[in-house]
Amino acid sequence: MAQTVFAPWDDPQQKPLIQFVGVTKRFGDFVAIDDLTQDIYEREFFALLGPSGCGKTTMMRMLAGFEAPTEGSILLSGQDIAGVPPNKRAVNMMFQSYALFPHLTVWDNIAFGLRRSDMPKDAIAARVEEMLKLTRLSKFGRRKPHQISGGQRQRVALARSLAKAPKLLLLDEPLGALDKKLRQDTQFELMDIQETTGTTFVIVTHDQEEAMTVASRVAVMDEGRIIQVATPEKIYEAPNSVYVADFIGDVNILEGTAKANGPESYAIDWGGAEPATATSARPFSDGQKAHLAIRPEKIAISAERPADAANAVQGKVLDIAYLGNLSTYHVELPTGQVIKAQSANTRRVSRRAYTWEDPVWLSWSATAGVLLES
Amino acid sequence: MRRAVLIAVPYLWLLALFLVPFAIVFKVSLSDTALAIPPYTPTLKDGFSALISGLDFENFVFLTQDDLYWKAYVSSLQIAFVSTIVTLLVGYPMAYGMARAPEEWRPTLMMLVILPFWTSFLIRVYAWVGILSTEGFLNQFLLWTGIIDTPLTILNTNWAVYIGIVYTYLPFMILPIYAALERLDESLIEAAEDLGCSRMQAFWLVTIPLSRNGIVAGCFLVFIPALGEFVIPSLLGGSGTLMIGKVLFEEFFANRDWPVASAVAVILLLILIIPIILFQRNEQRQQEAEQ
Repeated sequence: MAQTVFAPWDDPQQKPLIQFVGVTKRFGDFVAIDDLTQDIYEREFFALLGPSGCGKTTMMRMLAGFEAPTEGSILLSGQDIAGVPPNKRAVNMMFQSYALFPHLTVWDNIAFGLRRSDMPKDAIAARVEEMLKLTRLSKFGRRKPHQISGGQRQRVALARSLAKAPKLLLLDEPLGALDKKLRQDTQFELMDIQETTGTTFVIVTHDQEEAMTVASRVAVMDEGRIIQVATPEKIYEAPNSVYVADFIGDVNILEGTAKANGPESYAIDWGGAEPATATSARPFSDGQKAHLAIRPEKIAISAERPADAANAVQGKVLDIAYLGNLSTYHVELPTGQVIKAQSANTRRVSRRAYTWEDPVWLSWSATAGVLLES
Repeated sequence: MRRAVLIAVPYLWLLALFLVPFAIVFKVSLSDTALAIPPYTPTLKDGFSALISGLDFENFVFLTQDDLYWKAYVSSLQIAFVSTIVTLLVGYPMAYGMARAPEEWRPTLMMLVILPFWTSFLIRVYAWVGILSTEGFLNQFLLWTGIIDTPLTILNTNWAVYIGIVYTYLPFMILPIYAALERLDESLIEAAEDLGCSRMQAFWLVTIPLSRNGIVAGCFLVFIPALGEFVIPSLLGGSGTLMIGKVLFEEFFANRDWPVASAVAVILLLILIIPIILFQRNEQRQQEAEQ
């Protein structure tokens, strides 16, 4: 039996949970969100990724109801939510600072939202216990927020925002305050919880690794616009612009002019000894300016020129960044350009084949890079 | 050694400026009035054993016999309590407004609160005489606007005392509440709203509990001095205004009955010590919470 892939955005029958329709938000002269239209589907884990000041937090605050769009409308299940105050929305938010009430115990923090509804007392107690169990906090119910660790506080914030079973959960940089190891564990925990509860999550982050790990789709934002929305694989393997390619992960960009040399195949004259060959489904006219983006791990490094490589250039090792499992070689080409190539450290470092100042060959296949318009 | 010196400083301070004066006042309160200098007996000149045997509690007994005294205490407590509540009701919104004002405005607003201290307290209270008297600015203004036909009698009533106390002690209420509110994280209010609170509910459930320490500190800073207040009731209050500070002054300077005056002071101190202990305990709890 073939497993159905979760991709409601490809299915025209699916109705989106949230729709941004031509939303613009201005703060005085500053345009935070610029005519943005985007759908988010039920059960999605949608990540808004971008540098600080790109408008991702504004988007989230508009969903929560703390900001109102200057133009355009936001629909939740087909209903315009413009006039609905935050306390009347089926949307909850997990704040970056967690915003736990310091005068209340963990238990009371989680019960806070439930007590504002007309839920009976024993139902509230049952729900709080359920949330404590979900976030593995059962032992800490009686403690105050300042008596627990950062990771526990983060889970209390999550439990509190999930307690009311919102249609949509907003997470504002939820893991920003945690150290790396804890962050990685928590990412998987978040994914598990999202899957068990079936809630739609929208997460704001500036950490591309975090976005890639947790999200079903990633929206890369810049200056109030969404540049690209796609699954993490597509964002990484097929970025639609130099900005996205550069923002997500490490990339080498070769700038030059394209010339067709076969079906969906182009030769790029980038100033090297010979033009690079790259395939592209996107058509380029002869002489058009193009950027060839190649990920460091897709470039092989060798002492001799490989016989069957579509592209090969010679250079000398300028620097080696040793990352433990990987090494990144910075190789300087005769043109002065520095290309990064990554290889797995399958051998012990002492037996490394090349070191600083060694002449090496870099090679990559015709399909390794992505050809982008400038 | 250095530690001992450091610890000794506050204890010496307490000993020299509180315990020793208190012991002297307490001793005087146990003495009898006399036509002498100082106007009480016995003194150390009579010898130690005569001094000890000459002391008794008859002044304290006297305080319970004349209902002037306990009425003055009750009236003082009542005036101090009502003034504290009114000061809180006036001061809290002001502190809230200051804490929510744009960052660049806050130092100016703070300055405006502190500015009255640059003028003598006595002059400021006298100024209220000019405002509140029958021919004063307030009455002239109200007559001019046509709200009233005959001037109101405010000066020399308890109303004037309330106005004076609230005016004088308002900064002591505003500053601790402002300090508490300024530290309050705005996202806590947003979180409360996000979880289903209206703005009003968020205020009662989050803002008030989190500024509780400021409220408690402010109330004590107003209540304690207001209870023993002498200048305001004697300048603004009338013959009907009964406050223990005024009684104390009368006993001491008009009657020259130092022992009874001292007994009044000792009782006043005991009444104050209870709220002070409560205040201390509150501070301690706050410190523990922050650890």
